[in-house]
Amino acid sequence: MGTTSDGAGGGAAAVEVTDLVKRYPKAPTDSLAGVSFRVEPGEVFGFLGPNGAGKSTTIGILTTRIRPTGGQALVAGVDVVADPVAARRVLGVVPQQNNLDRSLSVRQNLLYHASYHGVPRARRNEMADALLDQFGLADRPDGRPDDFSGGQIQRMMIARTLMHAPSVLFLDEPSTGLDPAARLFLWEKVAELKAAGTTVVITTHDMDEAATLSDRVAIIDHGTLLALDTPARLVQGMSSERTLDCTVEPGPTGDALSVGLALGDLSGVRSADQLDDPAGGWRFRVAVDGDAAGYVAPVAQLVHDAGARLTDVRLGEPNLEDVFIHLTGRALR
Amino acid sequence: MSAEPLPPWGPWRTGLAILRRDLFVTGREFPIFLAQVILQPLFLLFVFGKVLTELGYAQADYQQVLFPGLVALAAVLTGLQSAALPLVIEFSYSNEIEDRLLAPLPVRAVAVEKVVFAAMRGFVAGAVMFPIGVWILGAIPWRAGTAVAVVAMMVLGSLLGAAMGLILGTFVPPNRINVTFALVLTPLIFTGSSQYPWPSLSHIRWFQVVSACNPMTYVSEGLRGLMAPSVPHIDTWACFVVAVVYLVLLVIVGMFGFNRRALS
Repeated sequence: MGTTSDGAGGGAAAVEVTDLVKRYPKAPTDSLAGVSFRVEPGEVFGFLGPNGAGKSTTIGILTTRIRPTGGQALVAGVDVVADPVAARRVLGVVPQQNNLDRSLSVRQNLLYHASYHGVPRARRNEMADALLDQFGLADRPDGRPDDFSGGQIQRMMIARTLMHAPSVLFLDEPSTGLDPAARLFLWEKVAELKAAGTTVVITTHDMDEAATLSDRVAIIDHGTLLALDTPARLVQGMSSERTLDCTVEPGPTGDALSVGLALGDLSGVRSADQLDDPAGGWRFRVAVDGDAAGYVAPVAQLVHDAGARLTDVRLGEPNLEDVFIHLTGRALR
Repeated sequence: MSAEPLPPWGPWRTGLAILRRDLFVTGREFPIFLAQVILQPLFLLFVFGKVLTELGYAQADYQQVLFPGLVALAAVLTGLQSAALPLVIEFSYSNEIEDRLLAPLPVRAVAVEKVVFAAMRGFVAGAVMFPIGVWILGAIPWRAGTAVAVVAMMVLGSLLGAAMGLILGTFVPPNRINVTFALVLTPLIFTGSSQYPWPSLSHIRWFQVVSACNPMTYVSEGLRGLMAPSVPHIDTWACFVVAVVYLVLLVIVGMFGFNRRALS
């Protein structure tokens, strides 16, 4: 593939990464150990992994701030190593940390950013007004960034990068430190951007965020891509095992051990483990095949027969977190 | 209007837009900027040029030595500080520089803009010494025929200061900037031949050697040769040559430091 095939050209990937390797000077191992993936135009692509997994390094390379040790990275068809200047015209970045220009007002932040990107003056003004409005910042356009909350700062940074209408937008850990309302607002905006045809690459260590926002999720750890698929298919790929977490109020007779053994002997039950209950009651995790809800009645009957009472049941579906634990052998947080 | 054709775009336009931003911000606080840069040379000029000569501790023609040197000092130091301080802050605490590093222009061009802008501030600081000199001293050494060369030497001095600032701002870790400034600025101020003519140091040889290493010496001496040629001075052409060589070296080192901070 050529280094600067036409950005908007048909069939070109929004992001194409081939055998990307990064080793920082003096580091004993590669931060990225040969990562390859492709993001389609208009897709929301989630990058999921713990801190230090290589997410930010990948984003850093794609946004021209980090030079790869090996491999190739194209954004909208532009080779980010061979032609970083052209790449910066087509990509937008919303970093983790506030990097707004504190000497300028909110509106000026947007306007100057656009002027750096060669957007003509009249168009800058139009776009700034529209984006300030769209991001709920129109009431204080002349305020300084320091006077705003974390959620508003992030909205400003998104609005700012949209001023040059990037075809690929990179959001690095966007919901870290946001309150729930700000997080929902962000999710809405990402959905709107997708609807408008912008490709969004988002890094996160938040399972919900990855599952809710992304068309496809890449799971990365120790600089290696472990899995890449839609959230639904990643979860489907897990075993068919479901779980019931049962809370039991002990009766006058019987003991937890025998109840646990009896639960394990129910047909279709793979295992039953007693869990710690800080409240002093009995808790069991029952792993079953197939539809977990079908086991509620037999479990309740068995507990009742043992002279105890089932007070709470939680049905566990495998989620991205289970996928992650399955792939890496450890929890994300 | 949106029907207007898109103007031709090039990285130079981005560079100019960034420069325009810096000028806008400085322009908004211009009186503060002036006060900041004028105060030190103003007091030096007043105490050494006016008070000491009037009290008879210095000869009247010391003003001939001092004034060109203080123009050099103002230009070089202001250039240095205008580059170094923002760089330290923008690379560490505020991250502000990221938006410019992500603008469509080469990373080196961002560094060039920093140097050019800092040099503009340095030049203004040097230029305002002239009215202040007239005000405090009554008259300043001046020869109409050398005006263009004086301006050129001031530009060179401002750029030299800015290039030193680029090095300081990119090599010094933010938690050390206070110490570094104290350790660098004071020697720089007092070994730059701004308060004494360099050739007269021949009997304090070690200090003459130290002063010869300070790039500011060639700006002070150059301006002295142009404005007050009766004072002993290094040949003006030699000052220009050494200053240009220093500038090239400092910019190369500074660019290296900037690239190291901007890209990993």
